[in-house]
Amino acid sequence: MTGHQICFEPDDRYNAFLTTCTNVPHGKGKLSGIAVAVKDNISTRGIETTCASKILKGYVPPYDAHVVDLLKQSGAAIVGKTNMDEFGMGTTTENSAFGPTLNPCDTSRVPGGSSGGSAAAVAAGMVRMALGTDTGGSIRCPAAFCGIVGLKPTYGRVSRFGLIAYANSLEQIGPMGRSVTDVSTLMGVIAGYDRYDSTSVDKPYTHTPQPEIKGLKIGIPGEYFGAGVDPKVAKVVNTAIGRLEELGAVTVPCRIPSMEYALAAYYVTCTCEASSNLARFDGVRYGPAADTNKSWHAAYQEVRRAGFGTEVRRRIMLGTFALSSGYYGKYYAKAQIARENVKRDFARIFSGVDVIAGPTMPTIAFKLGEKSDPLSMYLSDILTVPVNLAGIPAISVPCGKVEGMPVGLQIMGRPFEDERVIDVAYAYEQAVT
Amino acid sequence: MVTEHEVTHIAELADIGINTGELETFTHQFNAILEYFDTLDQVRGEKTVTRDLGNVLREDVVEPSLSQEDVLRNAAHTEDGFIKAPRVM
Repeated sequence: MTGHQICFEPDDRYNAFLTTCTNVPHGKGKLSGIAVAVKDNISTRGIETTCASKILKGYVPPYDAHVVDLLKQSGAAIVGKTNMDEFGMGTTTENSAFGPTLNPCDTSRVPGGSSGGSAAAVAAGMVRMALGTDTGGSIRCPAAFCGIVGLKPTYGRVSRFGLIAYANSLEQIGPMGRSVTDVSTLMGVIAGYDRYDSTSVDKPYTHTPQPEIKGLKIGIPGEYFGAGVDPKVAKVVNTAIGRLEELGAVTVPCRIPSMEYALAAYYVTCTCEASSNLARFDGVRYGPAADTNKSWHAAYQEVRRAGFGTEVRRRIMLGTFALSSGYYGKYYAKAQIARENVKRDFARIFSGVDVIAGPTMPTIAFKLGEKSDPLSMYLSDILTVPVNLAGIPAISVPCGKVEGMPVGLQIMGRPFEDERVIDVAYAYEQAVT
Repeated sequence: MVTEHEVTHIAELADIGINTGELETFTHQFNAILEYFDTLDQVRGEKTVTRDLGNVLREDVVEPSLSQEDVLRNAAHTEDGFIKAPRVM
């Protein structure tokens, strides 16, 4: 540390933050003195980390997540922890135990989720950049709904050490910012090998965005413009793709037939993984106290009923059911076949095109309270979950508005070609600004 | 179709705790979601997926770690340097 610090006293009218740090010391480096917000499921030493859950109220991690360590080394000032759907389970940031975050573009609407606090903090100009996490679209969805840029990196490219796990095989930490350049810069800080994450891949990111896309082949999947996608959103995204064609890219129609089963495969997989991961919250090592005078099961159930929100309990139960005796073959095993089919479809398409483009979300941001039925909320993730099942990189970049609300253009790439999806997003951004 | 009885059983297996007042809603939502999951019955493809990946293993080497004080700091009940848990027997 060099004795520098920044003072952070934001007007948090959107409930973007769960914790703010007023005077933040920072060092020198690539992000020297830049205010960065961190989603509240990423461990920060000495700063309360709750995953927006009552079951972690008061939990202060004794160590930093690897990405937080890297942020500090780069001179960034970590100014606060952002609101989210509890444990990342949601598409609206309404499933927070500490109240919903509001969309800065229209406060009667949700910011998207689950990294809604990070997106709102960036969109409102409270911070320049933020970290989110993306299990089934949780970076790209709020980026699209709030009109900012968000990248879900290739699985393995960013360490998950210190990320409080929800669905390990699907989730990645990723950068969010107002420009592609900022997202690229933040990616450069957080990507790279970490021996504390056994799925970490040694592929550092040292790229500077290039706007040259002449001759680039872009796959346009029919499924991303079909049933369930608001025609007004599809039209805005089509216009954006036309812009990429004007820049010299060539579009090629393609099909992802496995998408028919992708959403079910995603929800079976993530709820199964959640049922296992969230077993650790027992009120013994952290969180609200379990009554040690009661029997184990009685004390455990009491803590978890009071500490977990409804959506978290629903997903733990769904996962427990899907993995229970007699149902494993029907749900989990089938979901893994469906997941492999999604991977194969992407591999086949990527043998003929460089990237795939479509809308990030099928609609604009929902009104607060609009998605009260869990299944209808799950269905809104249809365009983002295939990427997580396949482990590929994808970025959402703002590409216009419908009814005054931002729309996101999603660019998906081959595994470990995060640089290419960044370049395409950068080319688009430069052409329209 | 899952019944309220099955949902109670699952809640028990998951140690999640459930109130009788919320049982009907949970059961109703479960059936809607599981009906959607049933689309997976139509999935065709290879059952076994082999990957060209190896385990990441290493020798167990003792390295500096968190202090006992740090580890116990978040626990509600501690005794003689241990974490105190509900009785299991």
